[in-house]
Amino acid sequence: MAMMDTSAAEIRQLFVGGQASAREITHSCLEVIRQRDGNIKAFLHVDEAGALDQARLVDEKRARGEALGQLAGVPVALKDVLCVRGQPTTCGSKILASFTPPYDAHVVARLRQADAILVGKTNMDEFAMGSSTENSAYHTTRNPWDLERTPGGSSGGSAAAVAAGEVPLAIGSDTGGSIRQPAGLCGIVGMKPSYGRVSRFGLIAYGSSLDQIGPFARNIADAALLLACVAGHDARDSTSVERAVPAYAQMSEQPLRPLTIGVPREFFGAGLDGEVEKAVRAALEVYQGLGATIRDVSLPHTRFAVAAYYLVATAEASSNLARYDGGHFGRRATMFDNLIDMYCRSRGEGFGAEVKRRIMLGTHVLSSGYRDAYYVKALKVRRLIKQDFDEVFNNCDVIIGPTSPTPAFKLGEKVGDPLAMYLSDVYTISANLAGLPGISIPCGFTGSGLPIGLQILAAPFEEQKLLQVARMFERETDWHDRRPG
Amino acid sequence: MTWSESISYRTVIGLEVHVQLLTRTKLFCGCSTTFGQPPNSATCPVCLGLPGALPVMNRRAFDLAVKAALALNCRVAGFTKWDRKNYFYPDLPKNYQISQYDLPFSEEGWLEIDAGQGPRRIGLIRVHLEEDAGKLLHDENGGGQASRVDLNRAGTPLLEIVSKPEVASPEETRAYLEEIRLLLRELGVSDCEMQEGSLRCDANINLHIPQADGSVAATPIVEVKNLNSVAAVERAMRYETQRQFEQFQKDGKKWGEPGVHKATAGWDENSRTTRIQRRKEEAADYRYFPEPDLVPVTVSAARVDEVRAELGELPAAQRARLPAQYGLSAYDAGVLTRQGRAFVAYFEEAARLCGDAKETANWLANDVLQALNESKQAIRYFPISAAGLADLIGEIKATGLNKQRSREVFAEMLAGCPSAKQAMDKLGIKVIADRDQLADIVRRAIAANPTAVADFKKGKTKAADAIKGAVMRETKGMARTELVQEILLEELHRAGSDADRG
Repeated sequence: MAMMDTSAAEIRQLFVGGQASAREITHSCLEVIRQRDGNIKAFLHVDEAGALDQARLVDEKRARGEALGQLAGVPVALKDVLCVRGQPTTCGSKILASFTPPYDAHVVARLRQADAILVGKTNMDEFAMGSSTENSAYHTTRNPWDLERTPGGSSGGSAAAVAAGEVPLAIGSDTGGSIRQPAGLCGIVGMKPSYGRVSRFGLIAYGSSLDQIGPFARNIADAALLLACVAGHDARDSTSVERAVPAYAQMSEQPLRPLTIGVPREFFGAGLDGEVEKAVRAALEVYQGLGATIRDVSLPHTRFAVAAYYLVATAEASSNLARYDGGHFGRRATMFDNLIDMYCRSRGEGFGAEVKRRIMLGTHVLSSGYRDAYYVKALKVRRLIKQDFDEVFNNCDVIIGPTSPTPAFKLGEKVGDPLAMYLSDVYTISANLAGLPGISIPCGFTGSGLPIGLQILAAPFEEQKLLQVARMFERETDWHDRRPG
Repeated sequence: MTWSESISYRTVIGLEVHVQLLTRTKLFCGCSTTFGQPPNSATCPVCLGLPGALPVMNRRAFDLAVKAALALNCRVAGFTKWDRKNYFYPDLPKNYQISQYDLPFSEEGWLEIDAGQGPRRIGLIRVHLEEDAGKLLHDENGGGQASRVDLNRAGTPLLEIVSKPEVASPEETRAYLEEIRLLLRELGVSDCEMQEGSLRCDANINLHIPQADGSVAATPIVEVKNLNSVAAVERAMRYETQRQFEQFQKDGKKWGEPGVHKATAGWDENSRTTRIQRRKEEAADYRYFPEPDLVPVTVSAARVDEVRAELGELPAAQRARLPAQYGLSAYDAGVLTRQGRAFVAYFEEAARLCGDAKETANWLANDVLQALNESKQAIRYFPISAAGLADLIGEIKATGLNKQRSREVFAEMLAGCPSAKQAMDKLGIKVIADRDQLADIVRRAIAANPTAVADFKKGKTKAADAIKGAVMRETKGMARTELVQEILLEELHRAGSDADRG
């Protein structure tokens, strides 16, 4: 069977209805990966044997007539930032090249419960630090729409795998845009839930107060399905919120009426590509046509978002990554003179340039004498950004704008210019600082055939609103039906 | 006069005490805190600091900490949070410790101590909660080549109690530590075993020495570590006091002068000296920031009241009450209180039953305590009940049995004899209380000891004791002591006046 155009919901139907076995589905998925991933390089590790084992178990379950999970028989790829018991979990870093976790991340356990088939781990920027997947210590993933271009990052492997039709669903993580930006650049749906919506237990931390796990899919219904499987309270993550999880898949079919959309003028300033702006404006007209009220709004403090983010995220990262010292697990330098030398060499050899840059930056901004000027001030800015959003959401249901300022850029184009790279997250970062849910959906293509993403943001824990509003657009357009050649 | 008496100066000591809380499980994971398990067996991804693992606060540990803080008279904050203290060390798997920085759960308390000069309050700056680190086992055989890490202890809840620099002597240091130990053991907060490391103490010490010009010179502050017993802490403080005084006479270096830094010293129990380990050229930069993996903790005023109500009577209050209620000396009250609440309750029960608190306190402070120490027993397992001891005291009073034979009776009861009477019967003790019978024995003893009588006449009243001893030997200690004393003095005086007349 061809995986390319089959949605997760359809695959589950085929499996539950007996038209296909999980084994057949998995074989087909692995075959597509074999065919395509040589070019795309979305995966770091394909667990063929493990996937077929899981498929057999799910087939047996069906044979016994047992109740089948929400993702029964559906192949799912996992960003390599999630711990999977007994499987390589590298976080895109050399320092974890030999690390196999003794436990499953909460999200992984949930997917197993839902009878999903976990086919492998996808490429990412090392420790989720980057916007192009070029910071992976292993290889660079390519955008299925143009192999010369980036799929975005840091969840570039997951996004590319879904866009290339290798898997119908994938999990990513988003600290400053790492789900939404690659979804936008790859022409698929990617969602970052509200902070606290999905348990971070087993997610290898980058910026703990910003990190969230979320779904990639080729349509809204599938994204809703995957989100519903992984969302909800988990006692092992103190920041996971005790709130009921709405029936996302069903609710997303209900159009939101009346609908007021806030359009922040700050999201349409200098640096925004003309074709991207045109596609976003056109999308707003679609909503207008559906009866939505469009409101010009302002988020005055978002202009400080990138700066605040690079203080908060790096501060947390400098501490989160301190444990990779060659001592208890992970890579240890082979030659060293003493303890400090072991730390220095293990870390010096194990971490890539961008990770080192962020550890140094984060260490600096927390240092005595600088803490108040940088870290503490960034926290203040963070509160102001949150307040900006709160005010807008008093009068608007959602905020809409571009996901990224440009379509997919060329591989190597921004590697030497970290600041330019950081700016590709300029529209996504503030949602992480404010803890908001955000989604990127396909809203058009450039003249040269590159996808353009539309970002929709909502107030905390209003994921269902995002899905409803996104689905309204999806129903009116066919951007999501296009596939890379 | 010794050097230390020759000049007046002030010793200034601030103590930083860490105690492990008596919880079943660790502060941020479900691993066991039991001491002495095989290395690294009580560990999990959370306390090993594995990638992706997250801490979840142990509510029971927090409640215990609040209890301790209230007993230490601290103000418990309604809102508190966790912070990361960042530093690299192999016993710290995450290379940061989850601790509390600017908003500790409690601040501004005091501990009342009595180092023999009456009660005194030592101010406390703060009490906060944090996770313990693991333990490094240095391989002595490997020539220092290998060190092993045991992470069983990593993540054990640890209470840090920071005093103001108000401890004024080595004796007060001891009293402070003993008081903390008593208080926290009584409340079930910690077992406070310094040997096992469930109570650890670092001491900051310097001297304030008055100068001829009227100013006061402070010596450089030294932080003394590696203090493994209360006695060691006291000794170290005594040593360091002397060392700093002598050093000051030599170099005159003062705290606050350029180039003068706080130093860290290790106490060497073998040589009984401190050894300067490193100078703190600059304060370590721990890069504290709020722990993003944990949510802040709120404590309601109602909850604080609830915990406070559960505290019961604390040692300082007992030390004040016992003299007032029972007429005990401050010293005796201190001895009883130091043994804990169950001991005090035993005292109060026995004193009530026999009606003689002073005598009860004497028995408890001496014989009972000694027996408990020998058998390493707690008072609640003591074979003689409070009623039994009251019975013994009553019987002694009624019969006037002397101390030595009383102790034999006590020993018999300790061995299981249910009453003082039965014990005395068993020992064949029959107190001679007949005046004529005793007078007879006394006269015979006087007649047999002419030298003692002569000495007594010369004014050596002590000489009477020799005769009394003879009477006691004669009666196998069963003579009523005060009656013997009375008769003996009468007879000696009579013998004296007879001789004068004769």
